[in-house]
Amino acid sequence: MTDYTVELNWLIKYFGRRLIFDGINFSFTSRNIYGISGPNGSGKSTLVKIIADLISPTKGKVIHKYGDKIIEPEDLHNYLGFVSPYLFLYDEFTAEENLSYSASIRGIKFNQERSDFLLSELKLFDRRKDLVRGYSSGMKQRLKFIFALLHEPQLIILDEPTSNLDNSGKEIVYKIIMEESKKNLVVIASNEESDIHLCTEIIELEKFKKQTNK
Amino acid sequence: MKAYSLFKKDWQSELRTRYAINALAMFILVTISVIMFSIGNEKITEYLTGGLLWVVIFFSAMSGLSRAFVSEEERGTTMTLHLMASPSTIFSGKLIFNLLLVFLMNFVITFLFSILFSSFIIKNIALFAIAFLFGNIGIAISSTIIAAIISKASSKGTLYPVLSFPILLPLILTLLELTKYSMDGNSINGSSVEIFVLICYDVVMGTASYLLFDFIWKE
Repeated sequence: MTDYTVELNWLIKYFGRRLIFDGINFSFTSRNIYGISGPNGSGKSTLVKIIADLISPTKGKVIHKYGDKIIEPEDLHNYLGFVSPYLFLYDEFTAEENLSYSASIRGIKFNQERSDFLLSELKLFDRRKDLVRGYSSGMKQRLKFIFALLHEPQLIILDEPTSNLDNSGKEIVYKIIMEESKKNLVVIASNEESDIHLCTEIIELEKFKKQTNK
Repeated sequence: MKAYSLFKKDWQSELRTRYAINALAMFILVTISVIMFSIGNEKITEYLTGGLLWVVIFFSAMSGLSRAFVSEEERGTTMTLHLMASPSTIFSGKLIFNLLLVFLMNFVITFLFSILFSSFIIKNIALFAIAFLFGNIGIAISSTIIAAIISKASSKGTLYPVLSFPILLPLILTLLELTKYSMDGNSINGSSVEIFVLICYDVVMGTASYLLFDFIWKE
């Protein structure tokens, strides 16, 4: 099985003059669940966005590798599944339309079987033909998981994965995370104790910032 | 193919939300009505109607074409796009969408001009068609890249026409000249310099936009 690795090389991020974090140096590999924790404003979401190449660090770089092959930023979306509260799907489309468009825009064939499996797993199968506009926030969060997992990515980044979910939703998500971590790399940014409890290794952002600032 | 899928998604979304089509249709109707009321029974020259045609086209483009990126930004789906496609796919998909909108919009405006203004007479239709074709491509390319730039700004509405004016000015001036020639019945060979300028504009804007989009797109 080919390993997916992410190397964070001395990442520094400023917003204006405010330092968010300084000198993060870390390496993630497949078949692990990594946690990123810290108080509000410590830069958890900023760090996962940098890892997902959604924003740039002020200094330092992130290297994605699949086996020995370095993944170029313009190809990263093929290897990445991302879930966060600030990710929005298209309200004017049904769940199934959102998924089929995402597959065709990625340039892959829409896998009806996998889509139906994930919709059933996340208890959205009966509502798959309804417009996303009519979904509750918890249902939208479940749909984001399907959107993130449909193309079978090697890197799964979850920012506050259980936000808006009820207890049964959380259980399903935890089951999926455990399942995915058997073959893929999972990174979770969260403050929820139950989310962090799943992780094999944790980056404490605040502590890390204090250590490097000394 | 990926760009075409993105275009299909945008077109389907547009048909359901009428985000740009309604704005464009209302703007075209209101602007042409205002021109007709202000002219009254006055007889206006051919050249003036040609000029007015491109003025209406410019401002209509400003009212609707920014939507390609602004609607994604306003709905918060920009990140969703980031996670699905490479910047080149996104630019190409949005460009195809704007090309379709520009051609639809300009066909309607030109048709309305030809039936509402008796002095709008094109003697060399082939020359006008060439100007129309390359002009529309230029407008679509420029408005797509400017829409990407302004979508991240706070004052999108005012910034779009302000930023577009200097970029579209050489195109509009060339189009005005070619419309005048086609109204005079000049030959295509006699207007080759202006046609060449138009093609060069499209090629330069297309290449520059394609190369710059990566930097504009990433936050």
